[in-house]
Amino acid sequence: MEFTIGEGEVVALLGPNGAGKTSLLRAVAGLVPLRSGHVHLDGQILEDTASGQYVPTEQRPIGFVFQDYLLFPHLSVLDNVAFGLRSRGTSRRAAADKAVEWLDRVGLKAYARAKPAELSGGQRQRVALARALAPDPRLLLLDEPLAALDVTTRAEVRRDLKHHLTTFQGIRLVVTHDPLEAVALADRLVVMEKGHLVQTGTPAEVTERPRSQYVADLVGVNLLRGHAERGSVQMPGGPSVAAAGAESGEVFAVIHPRAVSIHRQRPEGSPRNVWWGRASSIELMGNRVRVRIDCQVPLVAEVTPSALKELDLVEGGDVWLSFKATDVGVYPA
Amino acid sequence: MRRERVPIVVVALAAIGAAFFILPLLGLVVRSPWGDAVKALTAPETIEALKLSLFASLSATAVGLVLGVPLAWIYARVEFPGRDLLRALTTLPMVLPPVVGGIALLLAFGRRGLLGAWLNSTFGFTLPFTTAGVVMAETFVAMPFLILTVEAGLRSMDRRYEEAARTLGASRWRVFTRVTLPLIGPSLFAGAVLCWARALGEFGATITFAGNFPGVTQTMPLAVYLLLETNQEASFILSLVLLLISLVVLVGLRHRWLGSA
Repeated sequence: MEFTIGEGEVVALLGPNGAGKTSLLRAVAGLVPLRSGHVHLDGQILEDTASGQYVPTEQRPIGFVFQDYLLFPHLSVLDNVAFGLRSRGTSRRAAADKAVEWLDRVGLKAYARAKPAELSGGQRQRVALARALAPDPRLLLLDEPLAALDVTTRAEVRRDLKHHLTTFQGIRLVVTHDPLEAVALADRLVVMEKGHLVQTGTPAEVTERPRSQYVADLVGVNLLRGHAERGSVQMPGGPSVAAAGAESGEVFAVIHPRAVSIHRQRPEGSPRNVWWGRASSIELMGNRVRVRIDCQVPLVAEVTPSALKELDLVEGGDVWLSFKATDVGVYPA
Repeated sequence: MRRERVPIVVVALAAIGAAFFILPLLGLVVRSPWGDAVKALTAPETIEALKLSLFASLSATAVGLVLGVPLAWIYARVEFPGRDLLRALTTLPMVLPPVVGGIALLLAFGRRGLLGAWLNSTFGFTLPFTTAGVVMAETFVAMPFLILTVEAGLRSMDRRYEEAARTLGASRWRVFTRVTLPLIGPSLFAGAVLCWARALGEFGATITFAGNFPGVTQTMPLAVYLLLETNQEASFILSLVLLLISLVVLVGLRHRWLGSA
């Protein structure tokens, strides 16, 4: 896989656990050697297996925020933040001054003398960010920056993080498995599955036009793939779906669960797609009910709890479902 | 809360086991001629032996740190064929009878030893029966304790802290001195204290390799042994001093570093 991050861009690397996101981040940092490939930064070659070039981690202009922050437990918060500056030859005094400045910026000046163990999770995250940014890196790498936090603090820390990421001018690459985090923090998403890039684009592009089952599941829509011709999409060895639009060739078809209606009797009317199936699971999600239906292709429908009650539907029950051709979004695969 | 009944047989055997250790210590305390304690402790030979013991055991610890930490680091971090064998060889003195260690040292560093003959003919100096010989004998026997303790510390530390330091631009040396060493501090300290205590009590290898010359190679344990023949009371008092030092080290270690489980 190959991708490029533009000047001043925040990119989120999104993918399921085990997709290789963290490995990729560690490779960019030089912590694991590449088997083959290259890493360039601002035209400078950091690593290229073809020519055998390799810049060791400590000489790369990077900042790394680790998933569990890895603040040095034996050093004070101040010394943690000053560590990178001291490593790069800044005098003790100047490093301390700049570290205090950074702590002030993340609102933790009062904790300069504290040890990391005395801080809360959110505070530690801010110290880790200050520590990574203090030496003024060109590239900031963040590995699941919110994963170590509990749900109650996560929203607040996410807002803070977004703010600090905006003030940093370099390139930012965030690894996450949480789509909410990715959408909140990034200008662009890079979706990765099993070591391969499956999709890249702005959050809006990715959520509107998912290109893999993983992304479709994250967004919560039905995704089909087939061959489009004259207003219908033929799935390999399956049914065909009537779809408005003039696309032809290999396409994805996306159907929002809200657009899928459920009936106990075969419906009559305008919807061009009417299938028979069996409700395999019924899940209450907030004020909506998601009904998973096994038919020619499994689909998810979303209805209100009162509609479900009226339908008198239980798991395993027979249903008819329908959706309009105009509710099927089609785009090239 | 009802306490669980402890089987009587276990209690009885445990009591015998404990008594086996405590009785001899008690004997030492009870039978020591307390009236002569000050005289025995301030005798010139005692002071000399004590000073030599402290000097030699601290030197052995210093040598152990300088040579043992790199060894431990290599055992913990570098994979190479024969590593287990090498580790076994360098920790052998822990189980070797110290006298055997002393003889082995003589055969290597003695006047006609493997390296000793060359040292003698080239530089004209000999190691056996010198204070340097005492330090060598003590290091030989005590350093393995430090190596193993530090290696265990290095293996159990979270190496990702080192990675974090590298992403912050720290050179390998800076990573080692500012991150690795502080993080294994407790193991380093425990290893050094164990090494020092073992060196302080060293007898067999020292008397074999360095001999028993007052002021030059006669350390406390050697003095105790010698006094047993000539002045029993003094030897009791010196034994007690060694016992107290060991006890303080053990109790202190347990509380501060080894973590009483």
